[in-house]
Amino acid sequence: MVDVLKGRAHKYGDNVDTDQIIPAPYLKDLSPESLGSHAMEGADPKFHEKVQPGDFVLAGRNFGSGSSREHAPMALKYAGVRAVLAISFARIFYRNAVDGGHLLPVMISEDAYDSIEDGDEIEIDLGKGIVKDLSKDEIFHVKPFPQLVGRIVDSGGIFNIRDLADLLE
Amino acid sequence: MGMTLTEKILARASGLADVSPGDVVIAKVDRVMMHDVGAPGVQDVFEDLERRGFDVGKLYDPNMVWMTEDHFVPAVDVKSAENIKMMEEMAMRFGIKEYYRYGLGTYGICHVLAYEEALVEPGQVYVGTDSHTTTAGALGALATGMGHTDVAYILLHGKIWFRVPETMYFSLRGSLRPGIMGKDVILKILGDVGADGATYRAMEFGGDGLHSLPLEERLTIANMTVEAGAKNGIMPSDDVVIGYYKSRGRTFGERLLPDPDAEYEDEYEYDLQEIEPMVAKPYSPANTTEIGEVEGTEIDEAYIGSCTGGKYYDMLQAARVIRRSGKRARSRLIVVPATTHVYRRMIKEGLVDVFIDAGAVIGPPTCGACIGGHMGVLGKGEVAVSATNRNFPGRMGHRESLVYLASPMTVAASAIEGKITDPRRLEV
Repeated sequence: MVDVLKGRAHKYGDNVDTDQIIPAPYLKDLSPESLGSHAMEGADPKFHEKVQPGDFVLAGRNFGSGSSREHAPMALKYAGVRAVLAISFARIFYRNAVDGGHLLPVMISEDAYDSIEDGDEIEIDLGKGIVKDLSKDEIFHVKPFPQLVGRIVDSGGIFNIRDLADLLE
Repeated sequence: MGMTLTEKILARASGLADVSPGDVVIAKVDRVMMHDVGAPGVQDVFEDLERRGFDVGKLYDPNMVWMTEDHFVPAVDVKSAENIKMMEEMAMRFGIKEYYRYGLGTYGICHVLAYEEALVEPGQVYVGTDSHTTTAGALGALATGMGHTDVAYILLHGKIWFRVPETMYFSLRGSLRPGIMGKDVILKILGDVGADGATYRAMEFGGDGLHSLPLEERLTIANMTVEAGAKNGIMPSDDVVIGYYKSRGRTFGERLLPDPDAEYEDEYEYDLQEIEPMVAKPYSPANTTEIGEVEGTEIDEAYIGSCTGGKYYDMLQAARVIRRSGKRARSRLIVVPATTHVYRRMIKEGLVDVFIDAGAVIGPPTCGACIGGHMGVLGKGEVAVSATNRNFPGRMGHRESLVYLASPMTVAASAIEGKITDPRRLEV
């Protein structure tokens, strides 16, 4: 199981698409330095100055919509982001985050999204299925991973699964 | 229990008698596509595996793979040139024979080549390193985009996990009026369904209206199903589809059709006769309106191109609007054929002349400005009307540029007038 994670939340709205997470001109360079320094540039050009290793992105609906570019979860990872908390995710982003083992896509309730503010200190404990807003001393339940996704998350990515058929047991 | 088109394909590919929405299956993949953004990512995964002591060795089946260079071509900078070199090395190392190299014969945007070269067939599971891989759903494939880790996995193992999606059914009736295109149909649907209304779901199309649409118009519709979040868009094998493959020398034993008692999560019905020219306002393809609301909006650029709006039929319809107007464009007009096939036909049939006479730039086949790569990127505050598929902030250039998505005919009419214009005004 993933450890308990602690970090600061950077809050954004609905429909943060992959062109905002990593604009297309940066897709040519897969180096951690390049991807990391341009993460979220389309949504917030100051993101790379604000983000600290271990921080989280907090977003509304349909995070990661658009392109299939796996550079999106990679850019966030290289910028130091360990998890994205969102009300919902676009499917390819979600799949890339999990199968690539890049970061945790954590589904939260609308209440949690509304309550947590930009800059709040957050603790994610997936073992207990909760997110704590340490700045406000509030606890929210997260939507558990579907069984298969949980197993890939625990393994750290699809290439760490010995046989895909094991996932169906 | 009956199955939808998507369920039928996933059941066959995973060796099961039937599947239901929510099931997770391990399905055999029939075809894989990589382009110059995806292939370097796959190579990155392979190198990481090798660093960890895993022997990448051979691909599961090099014949299942095809590659093209389309995003940053002709090379935009040193990085894009090196990515193309990397693809050449991958093709050599793994024995990938179906490789459409830029400037070396037939080349162009992957989703249009997949159709023109008949690289995908009805009933196949087709995965590409591009979200608009959904385009091939118009041909009856279960076609979907994935990232480079999943594609690397498929290349080595020939299979991948799928969650069987719920299917939404879209019944199209009647036929389109002059001046209206497949692009208007999908924009109308996106406005109704929303930017995440089909997330994790399949969008299946049917009805006599669908059968009335030329194949290239169906490609446009399937292309943009991903803008509603769909896993795939899919269409049955009617006479048009079967006829197309016959013309390519292919025959099929069985037509792909849904079971009469297939279960759909949601059903929508559209009378094509009622569709108006549609426009998606910034900053979402689902932020649509009938053209009346935005007509007259001044534009700096009109762009006709991409996997959505750079096909032959798109160019033909756009050129007709321009020719009938008899005028020169009042805004910058950039025309980018999707492939060499489109380009050649445009030259042969005089369409290139029509565009150049109107003052347009004709670019070489490439994704170009659709992804803000090059060939017409927008500056701060610039306004474009574009036949492409996305108008997210910064998609085509500066994050404060504004992109209105519309049909190739609407883009052509707008270029002529220098402002967003209903093409029917020029259809005299």
